[in-house]
Amino acid sequence: MVVGVVGAGVMGVGVAQNLAASGYQVVLVDRDEETLDRARATIARDCRMSALMGGPALDPAAVLARITTAVGVPAVAKASVVIENVTENWEIKRAVHAELDEVCGPDTVVIANTSAIPITRLAAVSSRPQQVVGVHFMNPVPAKPVVELIPGVHTTPKAMERTRALLAGMGKKAVQVKDSAGFVSNRVLMLTVNEAAYLVYEGVATAESVDEVFRGCFGHPMGPLETADLIGVDTILYSVEVLYEHYADSKYRPCPLLKQMTDAGLHGRKTGRGFYTYPNGS
Amino acid sequence: MEIRQRVLGFITARFPLAELTGSEDIFSLGFVNSLFAMELVMFVEKEFGITVPNEALRIDNFRTADSIAALVQRQLSVTA
Repeated sequence: MVVGVVGAGVMGVGVAQNLAASGYQVVLVDRDEETLDRARATIARDCRMSALMGGPALDPAAVLARITTAVGVPAVAKASVVIENVTENWEIKRAVHAELDEVCGPDTVVIANTSAIPITRLAAVSSRPQQVVGVHFMNPVPAKPVVELIPGVHTTPKAMERTRALLAGMGKKAVQVKDSAGFVSNRVLMLTVNEAAYLVYEGVATAESVDEVFRGCFGHPMGPLETADLIGVDTILYSVEVLYEHYADSKYRPCPLLKQMTDAGLHGRKTGRGFYTYPNGS
Repeated sequence: MEIRQRVLGFITARFPLAELTGSEDIFSLGFVNSLFAMELVMFVEKEFGITVPNEALRIDNFRTADSIAALVQRQLSVTA
C-alpha cells in the first residue's frame, strides 16, 4: 500500500519515518529538493538514534528504501491514503487541500494532520468532504503511541475505518474526539504554553524556572516552554491564532513574545534557538 | 579529564540550574529527557570528530559525563 505524505517539515518527516518503519511504501513530497534532502538526512539520523530514544532499533537504509521523495503535490496522485502535514496556517493548508482534491483519485482518503484547524473547515475545500479525516499526530511522531482522531461533519464511517486501520498499522492508538478547533489536546496545551510565555514576557520567571515547576511539581516529563521549542514557537503562535480567530475569545490572545520570537526566527529546536539554545541544531 | 570537562560544559550550558558531577546520572535528575541524549551524541561526534558506532547508541553509554568520556576515549583510540 502506498501512502502519500505531503509536507516534509517536522511532522511530515516523523509520519514518513513511522510509516516506512511499519512497512508501508511512502511518497514524501514538498515544495523543493532542498527540503526533501534535509528530510532524508533527518530520517537517517532519527532511525540511527531510535534505540537511544527508547524506540526499536531501526536500519536507516531499510527505512529510507521505502520512501520516495518528489517535488510537488501531484506526485501523491496514486496513493490510496494521503496524509497532509503542511504548515499550521489556514491559507497554506487550504491551497494544499484544493490541490489534493484535483490530483487524488475518488477513493483516496485524505488525512489532515492538524493540531488546531477544524476538520470540517478543511473538508469544505474538497469536492469530497466525506473522504477527509482529521488526525492529530504528536511530536516526535514515531515515539508517541496515541493520536487524536477526528471525523468532520461529512466524513463517512468507511473513511474512518480505513484511517483507523492505517493508524493501527503504524502502531498508534486513536482517541476519537469531535471536531472542534484545537480538539482536546490543544485547547488546553496552547493556553498553557501561551500563559507560560506571558510569565517569561512579564519577567515573572525564566523559561528554566517555569519548566522546572512543571517537571518538579507536576511530574511532567517536559515543561511547557521546552515543549514549545520542540513543537516550534512559530507553530505554537499559529495554533493560538487559530483558536483566537475560531472562538473569537480573548482568552486565546497570543503572547507578544511568541510573535517577536517567530519574527526573529527563534523557532526552537529546528532553528537552534527558541526559549533555549541548541548548540548543534536539531 | 579534559574530555569529561568539555562534556560537563556542554550539559551545564543547556541546563544552567544543574549542579553536576561526572558520575551523576543526568537522566535521573529530572531535567533531561531522551531528546537530550540525541543532542549529546551529536555534540560528542562534532566536538571530538568521532562517529559513535550504532551498537554503542544506548542510553547507558550517555548517563554520566564519565561514561560519555569513556566512550569518546574508546572511539578516539580506535580511530587513532
